[in-house]
Amino acid sequence: MNNILQVNNLKKYYASQKAVDDISFSVERGGIFGLLGPNGAGKTTLIRMITGIFYPDNGEIIFDGKPFNARQDVVHIGYMPEERGLYKKMKIGEQALYLAQLKGLGRAEAMEKIKAWFVRLEMQSWWNKKVEDLSKGMSQKLQFVTTVLHEPKLIILDEPFSGLDPVNSNIIKEEIYKLAQNGSTIIFSTHRMEQVEEICNHIILMDKGRKILDGTVHNIKQEFKENLFHIGFEQIPGVDDTQIFEVVHQKENSFILKIRDGYKQNDVLRFFLDRNAGIISFNELLPSLNDIFIKLVEGTSITRQFQETAA
Amino acid sequence: MNKTWLIIKREYLTRVRKKTFILSTILTPLLMIGILAAITFISVKNMDSEKVAVIDPDNYFEGNLENGKTITFDFVTNVDTSNFEKQGYSGVLIPPRTGFNNSDSIKLITSKNFGMSVSDGIQRQINRAMENNLISRELNIKPSQIDSIKDRAREVPYADMIKGEGDVLKQGNSGVAFGVGYASGFLIYITLFIYGSMVMRGVMEEKTNRIAEVVISSVKPGQLMMGKILGIGAVGLTQFLMWIILIIIFSSIIGIFISPEAMAQVQESQNGMPGSSQQGSEAIRMLSSAQIELSSVNWGMIIFCFLFYFIGGYLFYAALFAAVGSTVNEDPQDAQSLMLPITMPIILAIVIMVNAVTNPNSAMATWSSIIPFFSPIVMMARIPFGVPGTVPWWQLGLSMSLLVAGFFLTTWMAAKIYRTGILMYGKKATWKEMFKWLRR
Repeated sequence: MNNILQVNNLKKYYASQKAVDDISFSVERGGIFGLLGPNGAGKTTLIRMITGIFYPDNGEIIFDGKPFNARQDVVHIGYMPEERGLYKKMKIGEQALYLAQLKGLGRAEAMEKIKAWFVRLEMQSWWNKKVEDLSKGMSQKLQFVTTVLHEPKLIILDEPFSGLDPVNSNIIKEEIYKLAQNGSTIIFSTHRMEQVEEICNHIILMDKGRKILDGTVHNIKQEFKENLFHIGFEQIPGVDDTQIFEVVHQKENSFILKIRDGYKQNDVLRFFLDRNAGIISFNELLPSLNDIFIKLVEGTSITRQFQETAA
Repeated sequence: MNKTWLIIKREYLTRVRKKTFILSTILTPLLMIGILAAITFISVKNMDSEKVAVIDPDNYFEGNLENGKTITFDFVTNVDTSNFEKQGYSGVLIPPRTGFNNSDSIKLITSKNFGMSVSDGIQRQINRAMENNLISRELNIKPSQIDSIKDRAREVPYADMIKGEGDVLKQGNSGVAFGVGYASGFLIYITLFIYGSMVMRGVMEEKTNRIAEVVISSVKPGQLMMGKILGIGAVGLTQFLMWIILIIIFSSIIGIFISPEAMAQVQESQNGMPGSSQQGSEAIRMLSSAQIELSSVNWGMIIFCFLFYFIGGYLFYAALFAAVGSTVNEDPQDAQSLMLPITMPIILAIVIMVNAVTNPNSAMATWSSIIPFFSPIVMMARIPFGVPGTVPWWQLGLSMSLLVAGFFLTTWMAAKIYRTGILMYGKKATWKEMFKWLRR
């Protein structure tokens, strides 16, 4: 019961490709979950099944402990698609109200919540404006508000920061943290790794419709680390041949070392201490998610090729 | 259901509050009445008026040519073919002389070509004069006697009766039925196009604005589509009702400002041939009998059927328009080519309808008034001719139930295409693909 969402063996085949091919994972309640993958990996299709837009060909979705029932459960889900938009000619206040009512909120309740959000994100003066008068960043903000307004248990954001300037990005990021603290679960779909590293606790990586990585950011980095360390000196010491490590890279007063199997960090330090080198800094170099991502996905052509499915 | 209602409300309110809606609702009846008034005005003001000199030494046509609004005949002696223009005549008419034979022609010499209405009028007057002349001369009857015989003949009433239930005779009403059938068929034709393409544009807007996926994560695609169709249907009904009310208001305002004499003058000038006094009285007679006929038409049935076919036809086609809208991308030209299979049957229906109002019992009219693709337009052309007379109950029942069934079928098909199409970006769907979506 600690999982808000559990997906078992989910499949969705299109005529020309396997969009989602046997994917299973679970999302813990209250965390920020990253759904990563290159373009065309099947992220959007997967999300559309979780939000009840598509029916899976196979597999099951457990939402909040019960089999997913689109009709009832959509009110507990807030989804901001990557292909998002608003009615251009509609007034912003009415638009927010309409979308909130579609999520099952009563008029008065919706009104109250919209006003609170508008005050919080300094949007009060927008009420009677039309969407066509807004800049892209502004309408993004509005979109975010309409997504989370009904206090969903599960919030799915597909590329939420695209088109936002750093200031507004930060505002939205803060709001995402706050929502997570208040008990909402957030699924965050993107191909921008630096954001994932910063925000997410747990990630899965998809490629060609399959899951190729699943774990916490910390564990994944540990798993993919290459025992690389950065060591800085007052003055660069001479290094004679040693079994303990090899120097991968030398730059000004520092080395990047790779520790050989069977040795520990302390062996390295001892080695330099014995030679009276003045150590200024010593730290492990973990691979960035970006590196891992590229490494895993490498060889996949940039756009996904069409393939015949036998089903 | 509650959500569908919200969608209907939004679709309705955003459209009804638009300036273009308000303007077109008010301006269309004004424009229609304005055009009618302008046509009438022009036809009153611009009537050709010609003076024709008649050189008739044997008094052959004397007393048999009537002056009308557009033609004046002067029996003269001092005018001939060389000087009529100087005397202010636009033509000279030379009747036959006594003792003529049929190879002699009656000559009209003019300085220019007369308009159709004038030359038709002259021709009719000449025919009448010749007829009267020959009858009176060869049978030795006074021309006044001929007139009175003709008047008596015209006074015999004519009744076109239809045998109804229990051998009750009802007055026939082909004329009114023709008018009502034509008008309602045409109205439905226009509404199918106006509001059908409004549905299509609405769907395209949702797709190109990328709002569709946001909404569909809250409601089912079918609900969104139905909400749109019903909302726009309500807009159509509202606009129609407003038009009817406004036309009544405007025309009664115009009625106040225009005196009855002026109306009568307009009436006369529309009938405006020579001998218009006679035709005028005939027109009045026609009108009064038309009133009798109007009251014998089953208006309740016609209005019920009109509403049924209006709504049924709209729903039937709106679903198809929605499906097309969902498969189109930004390019409006794609819409044009995809719309063709939908607009073809509508256009075909109007062609059949034009034929059906003159021939409501033909096999073509009967069958196409049963097939749902054509029935909303064609059946409305037949119903005013009488139910159950021209249209037996079984035909009406079959047509109505097929339309309802057809509406469910198109909506079901449209919903399937719609749910896939609305989320497809980047490429235009082909017919082959749409069939695939149908089978899913």
